[in-house]
Amino acid sequence: MKNSGYYSQFGGAFIPEILVPTFDELESAYLEAREDESFWQEYLELMSTYSCRATPITKLDNLTEQLGGANIYVKREDLNHTGAHKANNVMGQGLLTRRMKKTRVIAETGAGQHGVATATMAAKFGFDCTIYMGAHDVERQRPNVFWMEQMGATVVAVTEGSQTLKDAINEAFRDWVTNMDDTHYVLGTACGPHPFPEMVSWFQSIIGTEARKQMLERTGKLPQRVYACVGGGSNAMGIFSGFFDDKEVELVGVEAGGRGRGSGEHAARLAYDDASIGVAQGYKTFFLQDRDGQMQDTHSVSAGLDYVGVSPILSHLHETEQVRFEAATDDDVVAAMQRTVRHEGLIPALESSHAFAQAYKEAPMMSSDDNILINMSGRADKDIFTVADAVHDPKWTEFIIKKADAYRREMNNG
Amino acid sequence: MDKHATRLEQSIVDARKKKDILLMTHIVLGYPSFDDSLRVVEDMVKAGVDLMELQIPFSEPMADGPVILKANAEALKAGATVEQSFEMAERLTKEFDIPFLFMTYYNILFCQGIEAFVDRCKSIGIQGCIVPDLPPSEGQDYLDAMHKAELAPVHIFTPNTPEPRMRFLSDNSSGFIYSVARKGVTGKDTAFSEELESYLTTCRENTSLPLAVGFGVKSADDINFLRGKADIAVVGSETIRVMETEGVAGVKPFIETLVA
Repeated sequence: MKNSGYYSQFGGAFIPEILVPTFDELESAYLEAREDESFWQEYLELMSTYSCRATPITKLDNLTEQLGGANIYVKREDLNHTGAHKANNVMGQGLLTRRMKKTRVIAETGAGQHGVATATMAAKFGFDCTIYMGAHDVERQRPNVFWMEQMGATVVAVTEGSQTLKDAINEAFRDWVTNMDDTHYVLGTACGPHPFPEMVSWFQSIIGTEARKQMLERTGKLPQRVYACVGGGSNAMGIFSGFFDDKEVELVGVEAGGRGRGSGEHAARLAYDDASIGVAQGYKTFFLQDRDGQMQDTHSVSAGLDYVGVSPILSHLHETEQVRFEAATDDDVVAAMQRTVRHEGLIPALESSHAFAQAYKEAPMMSSDDNILINMSGRADKDIFTVADAVHDPKWTEFIIKKADAYRREMNNG
Repeated sequence: MDKHATRLEQSIVDARKKKDILLMTHIVLGYPSFDDSLRVVEDMVKAGVDLMELQIPFSEPMADGPVILKANAEALKAGATVEQSFEMAERLTKEFDIPFLFMTYYNILFCQGIEAFVDRCKSIGIQGCIVPDLPPSEGQDYLDAMHKAELAPVHIFTPNTPEPRMRFLSDNSSGFIYSVARKGVTGKDTAFSEELESYLTTCRENTSLPLAVGFGVKSADDINFLRGKADIAVVGSETIRVMETEGVAGVKPFIETLVA
């Protein structure tokens, strides 16, 4: 009757009974939208007038020369409105929400990028908006919380569990099982129950479609390798999908290696051997879990990759070896980011910097006839506090202390 | 599916001959400790509880509200394992002569192996399972294993469930149907209203199995409302809340107010 949303053994829809009609409705709306060519036209129009599509491709001339191997190109998803690829998914689901005549949206957010993007979309479309964010992430990502609230969203700090992305997802589901009649859950990544993995990948495929064409126009050939960071996996699915039919292009997904292999403090589901197949948050995939099936704490310098599961589509592509998975450690990631800032003037988000780190490791071993493409899924403005700590910038510390003193004086006088 | 009454259904039918409504309660195994689980069950049975759901704690209890969510997290923090839950359940089924069910999330079954999990249920005297994140379309292996072991897979009706779907769920269930009184997660208030009454009539029309009603049931008044409309009243979060405010010793007096 309908696609059950399986990619070999991964995926499915393990949902509470109360949401079954809601998922039926969502799947129908999504399938109708896919059939309706005017929907995609409307989407492209929206993305080119409200966001910054098509995003360009930038060649890293200085680092290509420094590293002395492959020519390094970057797909600039950071130039989207709100500074990340998240906008692609959110605006698409916004159009779908309008089609379903719902008036409220909810979303989970890790780094806060998806939350900001959703709040932006809600402000534009006139939807009520509630964002669930792990309390730990609220701490790490204050600037994003600030903007979500400015845009009229209610930000709920989730204090359950490990207080990160997975807990925010659970809370969003708890809201949805109560308010499904007027509310759409804008899931932020290519995970969760069917049809989310497929639907989110469809909206994100705009990245890969553009990138393939741009690489051909710019270099006259396809890139040898394409790199993307993998948290839930939506930016990776987005850029990879442009090259699925090109057997000669090697696709490389880079997970959060945290403190490294064997440390137990990372979020590498596919690149390391610590994850196993399980079912949680409505879908079947590789999870970082113990033998009983309890989800474990993950660690990454980047909130957006700090997640126990991974897109079921990517688990499938891992098994079929259509995508190679690697992990970059926190230290390598911060170094890759600093290098990119210093020598190219680009500011990749800590999430995206995982892809840069792996590409910089491999580029020197490739030929100068080869081209590689990195998906710069977002920019790092939001990471300024984390990055300032990571690079131990004394002037930043001094600034924060002064700022805090000024606020304190103001409060005491008021 | 060719269905014959499971032991669970039969004991519910028999018990209903003596009482016009049965009481089912819910505890999270290992919360606050396994010793406390044992004491609470003992008190509940003495106070007149007719059947019990034993929740095996899971780290991502998506369908549960704050009270049960916290109990799951605390049990795990205290080191509760699935093996310990099995051992405690075995002890309970041996000591107390009421039906016990497991309630847990699918990953717990999946990681044990479906058949191994169901066989273990059988061998330790568990009579049925409620797995809220496993719709029948995803759970054929589970349904087959439960059927083979003559255990009861219990499914859930909700106010959003269309009637044909109710019949489908009923066809895939044994023991009883768990009908949730409202949308949302466990442990929030429910309006016991005419609307609920008409929904329960719809539930009744679409299954021949006994009907349990839960979510927001927490007082003798709520249970009186359900008398004649349901076979089993389910008190879940409220007993855990009582445990939190009044300690384990508060559970028995609370249950006694419900069955009075």
